[in-house]
Amino acid sequence: MRLPLSVLIAAVVALLIILAAALAPWIAPTDPTDLRSLNLLNAEIPPMWTAEGDARFWLGTDNQGRDLVSAILYGARVSIAIGLAAVAASAVIGIALGLLAGYLGGWVDAVISRVGDVILSFPTILLALLVAGLARAFVPQGQMTVWMPFILVGAITIHDWVQYARTVRGSTLVERAKDYVRAVRVIGLPAHRIMLGHILPNVISPVLVIATINLAGAVLTEATLSFLGVGMPPTYPSLGTLIRIGNEFVFSGIWWIALFPAVTLVILVLAVNVLGDWLRDRFNPKLRGRE
Amino acid sequence: MTALTIEGLTVRYPLGAGRVLTAVDGASLSLKRGEIHALVGESGAGKTTIGAAVMGLIDPPGEITAGRILIEGKPIAEVRLGADIGAVFQDPMTSLNPLFRVESQLAEGLRHHLKLSARAARARSVELLTAVGIADPERCLRSYPHQLSGGQRQRVVIAAALSCDPGLVVADEPTTALDVSIQAQILRLMRDLANQRGIGVLLVTHNMGVVAEIADTVSILHRGRIVEQGPVASVLRTPQDAYAQALIGAVPRIDRRLTRFPVPGAQDPVADTARTALQRHTIARTSGAMIEVENLVVEYRSGGPFARKSFRAVDGVSFRINAGEVFGLVGESGCGKTTTAHVIAGLIRPTSGVVKFAGAAQTTSRARPVQMVFQDPYASLNPRLRVGRMLAEPILFYRLARTVADAEHDVATLLQAVGLDATAAERFPHAFSGGQRQRLAIARALGARPRVLICDEPTSSLDVSVQAQILNLLKDLRDATGLTLLLISHDLAVIRQMCDRIGVMQAGKIVELSKAETLFLAPAHAYTKSLLAAVPSLDALDRRGL
Repeated sequence: MRLPLSVLIAAVVALLIILAAALAPWIAPTDPTDLRSLNLLNAEIPPMWTAEGDARFWLGTDNQGRDLVSAILYGARVSIAIGLAAVAASAVIGIALGLLAGYLGGWVDAVISRVGDVILSFPTILLALLVAGLARAFVPQGQMTVWMPFILVGAITIHDWVQYARTVRGSTLVERAKDYVRAVRVIGLPAHRIMLGHILPNVISPVLVIATINLAGAVLTEATLSFLGVGMPPTYPSLGTLIRIGNEFVFSGIWWIALFPAVTLVILVLAVNVLGDWLRDRFNPKLRGRE
Repeated sequence: MTALTIEGLTVRYPLGAGRVLTAVDGASLSLKRGEIHALVGESGAGKTTIGAAVMGLIDPPGEITAGRILIEGKPIAEVRLGADIGAVFQDPMTSLNPLFRVESQLAEGLRHHLKLSARAARARSVELLTAVGIADPERCLRSYPHQLSGGQRQRVVIAAALSCDPGLVVADEPTTALDVSIQAQILRLMRDLANQRGIGVLLVTHNMGVVAEIADTVSILHRGRIVEQGPVASVLRTPQDAYAQALIGAVPRIDRRLTRFPVPGAQDPVADTARTALQRHTIARTSGAMIEVENLVVEYRSGGPFARKSFRAVDGVSFRINAGEVFGLVGESGCGKTTTAHVIAGLIRPTSGVVKFAGAAQTTSRARPVQMVFQDPYASLNPRLRVGRMLAEPILFYRLARTVADAEHDVATLLQAVGLDATAAERFPHAFSGGQRQRLAIARALGARPRVLICDEPTSSLDVSVQAQILNLLKDLRDATGLTLLLISHDLAVIRQMCDRIGVMQAGKIVELSKAETLFLAPAHAYTKSLLAAVPSLDALDRRGL
């Protein structure tokens, strides 16, 4: 098996961004969440290669004097963490409900499938806005930074689990009718052991593909929510928050605050999507052997 | 006149990495018009490849590397498929296009090859359908394939093969997908067409009974080579080649009962010891009823809430299986035999009726007293589980072994008892052949220490020689452990070789239930008689006076 060049590049880029984000506290020049380190005198300095640039701030600073490189690294860390958590939560909930619906059938299937249909009839962002907006009302003002990531994960998960559940339900229906499942039913194993021990390993591969593609989607949803102001607060910015902050200054000629976080976001999402597409084709038996 | 001559045909498939599979190796045969020549062999023998080569259907990377094929004296390049050669394939459902009416499918070849007008083509279609024994040809022409029965569909396929008056018809397993009674009709039709129209038929089949029933000459293939060739009577009665002898010997006979199937190779002493070890698991043999089935009904409902339709898959079935006996359920597809088995195994809840286990009260463990072996060993083993884990699962779940080490020891014993090496536990199911997989399925079923083993068509998807081994294994296990067996099959010869008592099912009911010998020597019910008459078997040679 040979990796196409585009996939290889995407893998390297995604890995670099994710690694840099994970290591942000150790490699970032400053800590953008530490308000004491900020100096308003440093605000709105353009990137270092421009005439008014400052060698301390490679990509310049934002309106509060935060180093943009550090802000992007920390912001990507927040975005990716929320994306991964949302994918994990969606996958776990979706797989569990999909197995139950497919294996038990009857009213369990009817309830899960109809709830899923209703949820899918709303656009992702609308539902996420609703959840994030509502949840904000219940969080005490001072603890927003602590609670917001969980709220965002919930807001994304409430829509995304359906896709996993549908996929797993379909494959479970197929596997359930096979004789190896009948054989363990005759042995008398309880339903949960059959579902987890026998059916799950046989339905999991498409789930991994969906998870990869959904990771990009989840990062985007989080960025959108933060951009619209219902996501991460400016004191603990994600990539979306940084773009929102920068957006207010674009027309004043201060383009770098919005541009660099946005470029990071685009590259990250693109790389993950290329990987996801490739995985999907790899696991699609109809496309196999065409190479 | 010679319809087909094959001289030294060799077909090779490159496997990559420089290796080459020789699917057919120097095969020669000649076939006269009006003659039926059978190509028999087990899967992978190369019989289908020869059929495909004659039709010019060897797809790249496959390649004819040597030899030549002449159809009525003409090389294959000058021959038109569909006009000079007719083709009949195994599954009539897939060889007809489901989106077109029979008329357009029949007329296509007529208009293309014979340049007939629409009206002439229609008249010829009616004539053809009448010739293949379709009762109402006009109506058949207006039908879509799904509106016809399996037998009618295969008749339509044969009519299409005959449409341009070919001198040669290649039939690849033409009756394998059909029930016995339909199979008998189609075989008779092919024999009649060969005789009356003087068509040469190249019949590819794995079924020795079919060969005995209609073939004039036969070639037995083994790993791409023709190992035996000649008139059907001499090849089947007095084969010279060792493989041919073994293959014919392994065919279950319907005319008399043997204690074991002849299989080359001696008994394995390891297996015997392991089987004796299994005796510990089963409690001393009991007598009397093991399973009593009373008035079993299974109904399937379909349609909406206002137009309820119900179908009775099992319609008031009652029978008793005695401890230690082999009970057979036989019948054609859709007769309800598998549904009955699923109810006994606890997979389906019956609409009404009861299944009582006498054996259940005597077992001390919580394990289910009934286990099941399924038809297709490729679907019945979880592809993601190592064999050892799969076999250990019931043992650990029911705490039939005290420690994990004990369970591993039990797994090794089970593997040896079914004639496999204990190291098989390390591997995944895909590393095993069909016959070995069926052995694994049997081992898994035995792991839960059942009193009753249900075998649903356990050998239908296996080659004859492998079938013989599996049936011998089931017999040996029964003898060693006193297991009660419920054997479900559509194959009357297998049933005869294995069973003590037999129930014949038709349309959800048991129409006849008697001892094996009585059933085969003096069948009482008309349906049983017609089934027995329809089975293609080796003793057809006697009936044909060959």
